[in-house]
Amino acid sequence: MTDLSETLPASAASARPSEAPARPAWRPSTGLLCALPMLLLLGLGFLAPLLIVAVYSFMPRGTFSLTSAPTFENYVDIVAQNFHISFLWSIWLALLTTVILMAVCWPLAVSIKKLSPSRALLLTVLIVAPLFVAENIRLQGWSLFLDRAGLLDGGLKATVGLSTGSLTANVPVVVFGMVYIYLPFMLFPMMLGLANVPPAALEAAQDLGASRWQQFRDIELPLAAPGLVIGALLVFVISLGAFSESKFLGKGVIVTVSEDIESAFTFGQNWPRGSALSVLVIVLAGAAAFFGLRRLDLDSMLGRK
Amino acid sequence: MPQPILERSPILELRGVDKIFGDFAAVERVDLSIAEGEFFTIVGPSGSGKTTLIRMLVGMDAPTRGEILLRGQRINETPANKRPFCMVFQSLALFPHMTVGENVAYSLKCRGIGKKERRERATECLALAHLPASYYDRAVTKCSGGEKQRVALARALAYDPEVLFFDEPLSALDYRLRKTLEKELKDIQRETGKTFIYITHSLEEAMVMSDRIGVMRDGRLAQVGSPREVYDRPRTRFVSEFFGEVNAFPVTAKDGRLWCEPLAMAFDPPPDAPAGFKSGALIVRPEHLHFDPAAAEPIRGEVFNEYLLGSRVQYQVRAGGTTLLVEGMGGQPPATREVALSFSPADSLLFAE
Repeated sequence: MTDLSETLPASAASARPSEAPARPAWRPSTGLLCALPMLLLLGLGFLAPLLIVAVYSFMPRGTFSLTSAPTFENYVDIVAQNFHISFLWSIWLALLTTVILMAVCWPLAVSIKKLSPSRALLLTVLIVAPLFVAENIRLQGWSLFLDRAGLLDGGLKATVGLSTGSLTANVPVVVFGMVYIYLPFMLFPMMLGLANVPPAALEAAQDLGASRWQQFRDIELPLAAPGLVIGALLVFVISLGAFSESKFLGKGVIVTVSEDIESAFTFGQNWPRGSALSVLVIVLAGAAAFFGLRRLDLDSMLGRK
Repeated sequence: MPQPILERSPILELRGVDKIFGDFAAVERVDLSIAEGEFFTIVGPSGSGKTTLIRMLVGMDAPTRGEILLRGQRINETPANKRPFCMVFQSLALFPHMTVGENVAYSLKCRGIGKKERRERATECLALAHLPASYYDRAVTKCSGGEKQRVALARALAYDPEVLFFDEPLSALDYRLRKTLEKELKDIQRETGKTFIYITHSLEEAMVMSDRIGVMRDGRLAQVGSPREVYDRPRTRFVSEFFGEVNAFPVTAKDGRLWCEPLAMAFDPPPDAPAGFKSGALIVRPEHLHFDPAAAEPIRGEVFNEYLLGSRVQYQVRAGGTTLLVEGMGGQPPATREVALSFSPADSLLFAE
């Protein structure tokens, strides 16, 4: 080995001058050129607004200027004026949604894996189909179904004389709405993760004496973990910014942080407060993504090594 | 000298075992008795039902009909994780997220054995499979193909099963490594005294390692016997042809001899020819066909190809519109392209059709 490393550079160096053609000093690589439109778009449409929001969060309350002396008063206000309550509600709802979806989607993903390809495709299409209808419309549909004198209540009253009253305007129905809306975001990464579990590995574990539970804990779960983590991250981050569910199904029984942000920017005309709240949400989502993804090898999950 | 295989008590017995998928019988009416400490190999072409048979024995599939007995106890309903068996898979099925040691020690972990003892016993099994203890903490994905084989073997040994099953684990390896592992496997079997049941489509593998061989065809056991028996006294034409290339002469009985139409000549029947034989095939292995210029009734032909097979040489000879294979030990090559061939009737096999 040492011989090689000593002789190789020498011969390479002697060959270099003759074969090096006259090249421009710097030429952008093809990859960079291909990425350029996207980089421009992301720079202007994503990074720049984000920066402006970050700067606004340190401006004095109520101002629309970006050049005042920086201050922390918006962050102090969040706690002082109890805006942290909506923030905590959002975190709690996001966590709850994530955990429920993990429990709901696991058996579903495992069973889909056992189906024949054509049936699995059919089921997948059925699960994806609702995504073609806007979220708000689907939630309005649920609202019409569950409200007092809605489809369920009215239908029961007219047929068997029972009344459910209003099933909306409570916290569980908000969680239900979130679980319903975000199900595909958990299910599909989970299926991708489960595809990494070779059926023979499970049989081998069983053959080696592993119980169902041991097979799940030692083989299935760790091998499918990348998909599980990605699904959990997706659901957590998106549901952290959710507000339609609490609006349409919760009917204002709770206020999420996104609603606070919206009203700060609109009715409140207090951009710095809205920005401060936004920055907190971004930091939390970013931290979750950072710690989640740090433990994953995305390449190996997508089959590249 | 160990006790002869057939006198030992059977550990596993199959009685009239069928496995039917839809209207396809993957395994049909298999009766088999495997002795304690035996190296038993099931050979057969792909699709002959070998894997289905072994999966039923291990407990991953249930037989449609029939009984599987372990020391006389019916185990049809016992799930795989409750049977004292272990299988080395064709794909090896190692756990990619674990180290070599964790793989080997997994069965011990499932049984709730402590960490220290796990490590000790797993290291012993690694040694038995010729892997150094330093491999214990290596990622299994970093191992070479041969090392993975050894890990899979060590993992199966650590379970301390009464019967070890092998589903063509060596088929993906290169020739030399396969030869080495075949010998090691046989050694380990002798050392541990465990019953090994091995499936393969390779005749060579079966011959090298086995005490007995079962030849499968279309879901049935065509013949069971020692490698010698199966090779020298195949019971059907299929078995004889499965064990290497052969010369098959279509023959009909005529005046106490066998008339071969394509060659327009007659052969003497083998001494154990079936009574009442009318027509069928006379099988002669390439190594039993000799160049014999002095033969009384030679098969006349013309050499048109010659292959060197290591220590042996194979000749292709065109005779009467058919191609014959002749194998020599490199001894006397024919002096001319026109050759005369003969074989001793005792070396030929006669199968009625």
